[in-house]
Amino acid sequence: MQDTTANQVAANATSSFTEHLQRNRPGLLPYNQPFPAALTGAGSQPLQVPHATTIVSLTYGGGVLMAGDRRATMGNVIASRHIEKVFPADSYSVLGIAGTAGIAIDLTRLFQVELEHYEKIEGTLLSLEGKANRLGAMIRGNLPMAMQGLAVVPLFAGFDLPVGIGRLFSYDVTGGRYEEKEHHAVGSGSVFARGALKKLWRPGLTAEEAVAVAVESLYDAADDDSATGGPDPVRQLWPVVYTVERSGARRIPDHDLASVAGAIIEARTTARREA
Amino acid sequence: MTQQFYVSPEQLMKDRADFARKGIARGRSVVVISCEEGIALVAENPSPSLHKIGEIYDKIAFAAVGKYNEFESLRQAGVRYADVRGYSYDREDVTARGLASVYAQSLGAVFTAEQKPFEVELAVAEVGGNQSDDHLYRLTFDGSIADEKRFIVMGGQADKVAETVEGGWQQELNFAGAIRLAMKGLVTDKEAGELPASALEVAVLDRASESTRGSRRAFRRLGDDEIAALLSKEN
Repeated sequence: MQDTTANQVAANATSSFTEHLQRNRPGLLPYNQPFPAALTGAGSQPLQVPHATTIVSLTYGGGVLMAGDRRATMGNVIASRHIEKVFPADSYSVLGIAGTAGIAIDLTRLFQVELEHYEKIEGTLLSLEGKANRLGAMIRGNLPMAMQGLAVVPLFAGFDLPVGIGRLFSYDVTGGRYEEKEHHAVGSGSVFARGALKKLWRPGLTAEEAVAVAVESLYDAADDDSATGGPDPVRQLWPVVYTVERSGARRIPDHDLASVAGAIIEARTTARREA
Repeated sequence: MTQQFYVSPEQLMKDRADFARKGIARGRSVVVISCEEGIALVAENPSPSLHKIGEIYDKIAFAAVGKYNEFESLRQAGVRYADVRGYSYDREDVTARGLASVYAQSLGAVFTAEQKPFEVELAVAEVGGNQSDDHLYRLTFDGSIADEKRFIVMGGQADKVAETVEGGWQQELNFAGAIRLAMKGLVTDKEAGELPASALEVAVLDRASESTRGSRRAFRRLGDDEIAALLSKEN
């Protein structure tokens, strides 16, 4: 193509915030400042930074749900008991993050701005597939950092407005995007959470039942994985749970979660079983 | 070699200003009104998809008259400026004042340095916690900037429209009242007594979006049904 003004204008017209940053302010991207090899190269100690752990997500009749525990760990130390790992991405989708917490939180912020930016520039929402693909591209952008041990593995869920169902997507560190049916979990406690989800999930759950299933699967993950935090009645800390339905994303209030977690703890206490 | 004609700077600027003014005066008007519930932005615009009013950031909206391609490029630049600023600092560090001064600089640079000035007039509105915290900035084609109170009227016949809006403005207006007042202004120079909802583009900046809608984004575009309902409501 000839380098005419019209071509230049067309080439510069982007609705992507990430592309805009890449072009004009690359230093602001969370993954554009590689660490010196001495810190993360072969033979060096793995970088001690907070890690976020277990995220579960499941579909139910009318939508999709995502929940995350509240613990971040740094090696064998609990780095935070209050961390939040599930965020609304826009009004119809949510994002959960496992892996290096610092980068994951910045990626989340970037993804939120990316979706809002597109919406404002274009005057319309990005399709759910479009959002899932954009997130994949960002995770791929983080691949050099992942190779240095600073991986981020997200879980993405949203309501597909034209189709009218909740859908969820998982990713690998190369940005590979996989649509999951029914339910999925990521992070160190995910093997245990997934076992619980397999037993507890059934088609056509109501929103309340789905919240109970998610909290119970996180409870099971916390039971067997030291990096996952269970419900904390002393500090009144409960998982962060979001549902996404046709009416939009909604955070389940703490008092609801307190009663759900309370019921699970009580049932397990009454059962008096070892595992 | 041909000799270049001498044109005095005064004449040059005057010609440019006249040119831009003519371009703007051809367009239909836009009214921005600060009221009790927030800020209402009303434009006469028959197109349902090419907007004269747009969202810039959480509390900030944009309205323009003049040449579409010129103000659209300014709107997009504004969204980019606001998003980069909010992302690199914090969301609350994005203000209408900052945005308006960036617009003033670009308009001023285009006016003096480019082949032709932008034929646009812009309004940048930021809704505050109460009416005295609202900010309305008017920006003209030459980069001059004015901090307005109560309302802004721009476009063709702006004086006539402003007269009507001035007469009917009161602090206690709600959205329905503000939108009806804006429409009353917009029809002053027309034979028909009112405009159909489909010929109006209406958006609002909600003062209490956090508590009523659970969203920090105060901007909301109204659909035709909603506009018709507001217009038919009695005060």
